[in-house]
Amino acid sequence: MNNNYIFQNPATNRGWLGMLIGSLLIIFYILLYWFPTSIQWLISLTDPISLFIKGKVADQWFFYGFIYTIAILGMGIRMISKYRHNNYQKVRTISVMFFQTCFAFLIPELLARLNLPYQDFKNIFPLDYAFFFDYNIEKKIAAGTIGYFMLAWGVFLFVVGVPVMTYFFGKRWYCSWVCGCGGLAETVGDPFRQLSDKSLKAWKIERYSIYGILAFSLIMTGGVLYTFFTKESKLFGIIDTNFIRYIYGFLIGSIFAGVVGTGFYPLMGNRVWCRFGCPLAAYLGIVQRYKSRYRISVNAGQCISCGNCSTFCEMGIDVRAYAQKGQDIVRASCVGCGICSEVCPRGVLNLENISSK
Amino acid sequence: MKHIVIVGNGIAGITAARHIRKLSDYKITVISSESKYFFSRTALMYVYMGQMKYEHIKPYEDWFWEKNRIELKYDKVESINIQRKNLQLTKELLQYDKLILATGSNYNTLPNINPEIKGVQGLYHLQDLEKLEENTKNINKAVIVGGGLIGVELAEMLISRNIEVTFLIRENTFWGNVLPIEEANIVTQHLKKMGIGVLINTELKEIYTSINQRVVSILTSKEEKIACEFVGLTIGVSPNIDLVKNTSIESQKGILVNEYLETNEPDIYAIGDCVEHKNPLSGRKAIEQIWYSGKLMGETVAKSICGSPTKYKPDIFYNSAKFFEIEYQVYGKITQNLSANEQTFYWKNTENNKCLRINYEAESNSIIGIHALGIRLRQAICEKWIRDKCTIQYVLEHLEEANFNPEFSKPFINAMLEKYNQEYPENPILIKKKKSITNLISKIFN
Repeated sequence: MNNNYIFQNPATNRGWLGMLIGSLLIIFYILLYWFPTSIQWLISLTDPISLFIKGKVADQWFFYGFIYTIAILGMGIRMISKYRHNNYQKVRTISVMFFQTCFAFLIPELLARLNLPYQDFKNIFPLDYAFFFDYNIEKKIAAGTIGYFMLAWGVFLFVVGVPVMTYFFGKRWYCSWVCGCGGLAETVGDPFRQLSDKSLKAWKIERYSIYGILAFSLIMTGGVLYTFFTKESKLFGIIDTNFIRYIYGFLIGSIFAGVVGTGFYPLMGNRVWCRFGCPLAAYLGIVQRYKSRYRISVNAGQCISCGNCSTFCEMGIDVRAYAQKGQDIVRASCVGCGICSEVCPRGVLNLENISSK
Repeated sequence: MKHIVIVGNGIAGITAARHIRKLSDYKITVISSESKYFFSRTALMYVYMGQMKYEHIKPYEDWFWEKNRIELKYDKVESINIQRKNLQLTKELLQYDKLILATGSNYNTLPNINPEIKGVQGLYHLQDLEKLEENTKNINKAVIVGGGLIGVELAEMLISRNIEVTFLIRENTFWGNVLPIEEANIVTQHLKKMGIGVLINTELKEIYTSINQRVVSILTSKEEKIACEFVGLTIGVSPNIDLVKNTSIESQKGILVNEYLETNEPDIYAIGDCVEHKNPLSGRKAIEQIWYSGKLMGETVAKSICGSPTKYKPDIFYNSAKFFEIEYQVYGKITQNLSANEQTFYWKNTENNKCLRINYEAESNSIIGIHALGIRLRQAICEKWIRDKCTIQYVLEHLEEANFNPEFSKPFINAMLEKYNQEYPENPILIKKKKSITNLISKIFN
């Protein structure tokens, strides 16, 4: 593995090629989300595959799911090849490729073919912010036993799955092994990881931003459920819950997670959404910070302060600041990608789940 | 308020400044003519290779210094007036109460080589990197003289730009005056695999230049002529003592200090690469130009200056390096040849460049040193074993505790123990079988 001349490459140093890629991605997302008819010719290209899998012609979401999966698989192979001597990287990449292909893409499309409610069984509220929306709940109730199971599974993951798994393994079990956004970031986004901002200022903004969005998502969902159970559309008689829901979906769900989340890869690194926006990452992060066995262990006094770990941390953690003090890294944002350990020239860093220390 | 002035902003000087700030309210000034801000010298190679930019190798953000009231002066110290306790900088006079000299090293040159020749240089300072950029622009062939740590880094840098490299090594193998023959062979083989021409038992005899004083070829001590456009001098570094020459501060190869890191003059200390210890601890060198030693000296001198005089007492020796992809760690004492009362256990994985060596005393079986190539070991555990004089058998039985390889790495310990049991069948070590599912579960839930 080497990252030689990554800062001389116009695609990966915020150069003209990176700006071009970013602009194209942003345009693509805008067309896909709000003007799908303008790219109907593109979408139709996936008709044969859609017909084969779900028996219908492709819509914009099938098309998106398909190319998203292809992107993760293609760049996943690149990832495996780049880090081929590192088993952790290989296993982790195969994991995100598997979860994207089966859980995010094939299973939901097959469910649609069987006329069952759409469900990505690995997506978790509040990243899956529409999970408690009235129409989703109603569809599942209407589907009977399997629908109830889907509801129970989603609640179980949020209430039990996240804290238990994060306690044992850290948030990486989700963010860099399972999650679809994480999957894209770790494969397609890998060439851009060095562009994340490591300054203290960025960390401050990150904390306001990510926990703000977590609060927003919870308030929005509270409002939606309030309306669902009381049939009262206004919270405290003034705020329309449908409006909050719309605003959240537009600002956070579409613009932040999609347009900015991916379009800004070549500008601010591959984890912009995961770092500044994802409410599930915020929740996982709180568990990781306060109640988890996971940490990045620092090998006593071996650090030479070279800065490779910080430079290649996609979450913008100043890993070196801890490593050079010989202090283990326990940070809410760490997704456990393991690249700091990989790029360290002195073997100082190691991802570990330790029972007590 | 006392004014502490530190000359040199490398790892030693900066560590001293940070620790003095932690322990006191003294006024602190750090002077450097190399760079305004502290950067990691060991990371210069990555800037050349485009893995990082210069800003990435600065371990602290620029606001850090003002916030911690450490004044940085990007200036050159011309002379010291010991009687009046002041420093002459290029344009000002700076008064000090305590002075810490952390002036680092300069790279060694060869007496028979004219240093003015274009395309000949070593690598130590930030300015050397800038010069290297210029000297290696559009060149195809380079010769590196001296097989040591900086040499192999320079080779990696040049190879990354597809420059053909020939290594002239005085010894039989790469770093042959430090590494035991087996390890040295692994590294030498790896260098050859990387496409480097390795000429052993060879020194540089002469450099031929063009009319504009640029390298065109060299002559080796074996009378072989090699065409090249660049000559890298990596034959070691020497303490930079320019500032104390012609003063009453005693120096030999380095600035002489006692165990408190004090020079012979009151209120003047020296730390880091520029130091020569008058009474080095047993098993340690008088001049030890190692990142980790510089850091420790900085911490130690800070304590002394802030009211609790502390002797410089490095613990178990350790060091680390990287030879292209091969990581290297050493703990304790491993010499190139065994002394009479020493034994060695050496294991090598034949398919990839991994090896582990444990040296121990013949009679007591207690270990004295560990060497690893391609294996990451846990420093705290290795040091504890050496300090506690654990036996080789104990260490091998508990080796898993020192395993710092990333998760899912290929296990190596059982293969190693099998080799030990073959060599010493009278005292076999119990080999734990592969982890069963129940083991794994109990490990998670313990």
